[in-house]
Amino acid sequence: MDVDAAKQLGAALAMGLGAIGPGIGIGLIGSKAMEAMGRNPEAAGTIQTNMILAIAFAESIGIFALVIALLLKFV
Amino acid sequence: MGKKIVDFLWGSTQRKVWTSLIVILMLASFVTKLVLPVPPPHVALSGEPIFSTGPQWFTNSVLTTIIVDIILLLLALLTRFSLKEVPSGLQNVMEAVVEALYGLAESVAGKNASKFFPWVATIFLFVIVSNWSGLIPGVGSIGFYHPTEAHSEEAPAGESHGALLNGQLAMVGGSIMLAAPGNAQHAPAAAESEHGKFVPLFRAPSADLNVTFALAIATMVMVQIWGVRHLGGAYFRKFFNWSGPNAFMKGINAFVGILELISEFARIIAFGFRLFGNIFAGEIVLATMAFLFAFLLPIPFYALEVFVGFVQALVFMMLALVFFQMSTISHGSHDEHH
Repeated sequence: MDVDAAKQLGAALAMGLGAIGPGIGIGLIGSKAMEAMGRNPEAAGTIQTNMILAIAFAESIGIFALVIALLLKFV
Repeated sequence: MGKKIVDFLWGSTQRKVWTSLIVILMLASFVTKLVLPVPPPHVALSGEPIFSTGPQWFTNSVLTTIIVDIILLLLALLTRFSLKEVPSGLQNVMEAVVEALYGLAESVAGKNASKFFPWVATIFLFVIVSNWSGLIPGVGSIGFYHPTEAHSEEAPAGESHGALLNGQLAMVGGSIMLAAPGNAQHAPAAAESEHGKFVPLFRAPSADLNVTFALAIATMVMVQIWGVRHLGGAYFRKFFNWSGPNAFMKGINAFVGILELISEFARIIAFGFRLFGNIFAGEIVLATMAFLFAFLLPIPFYALEVFVGFVQALVFMMLALVFFQMSTISHGSHDEHH
């Protein structure tokens, strides 16, 4: 396998594997937030802002994977 | 049902105008896509020097950072010198923003909010303006052509101008280095390729790792400063802690101190890469969408990027607040009884 092919494969693997964790995490955050909103609809506003914040944290792991993939692909 | 749709699309003169405009735009975008091959987005990871013969530190992200600073300063000064008892216009907006930010700071930091507020509000305002500055059409798509090594002998005069009008007109939302003049296989790019490497004039500051790391390092240094101010020398007991009832607990505490020290550095990296990654990835997503289909496809992603820019500014501010607050709280309650 030449270096270019290995780079492409590495970028794809980094992004694909790196998206698993944040995907599960965001799903859990979303499901729990929906549950909380269902139990306490008056608090939906605060739950939503906190949910978006928590999603941003979980998402940042995926973004790290994306940065690695971009580095592999373009540098 | 069918009549309703016809009414919705063709009911009044105004609707007729809008519907035909949209249809014409869609057709035009198809035709343009066929006639003008858009070159694939050229991705540059860091800011590039604007002048090929000038100072190397003067990159496009430095220029945009200065512009963002000037915008913020002008807004602040304009508001400051037109303060009124009864606010109106700009003052209303600024008061609402500052009040919302202060409320947020208070909800996290409580009575320390007034101490932390200047720092975190500055970070929020700077980050949000620099995130959104990358979304302004023209940022990343207006620039110069630098002579490459192969062409430098015939064009020694610094930058040669290259207006990006033919192929790049299509890249409405794409705020990344759009032209790839090096690829000669694209018909419109072929004519430009002799100008050399394309360097944009502007680049969103937060899409440059230098800016986000500078913010992250400064914030983490401030965390240590706040910790020392509140706890004195006892703050460093968090990192260097050999106390404990027996040898085993002493070892555990020492190890925890090392972990704390490492996590402090890990926070810098996470801080810097989170902001950089989100904004940079957003620019690439926009450029890629504009490359796939130039006209209507980037619009929802553009809206997403506006939202992401706001959320990332908020996240940076909230994290800084939480770290500040955590550093002021004495570590380990068992320290009190000796």
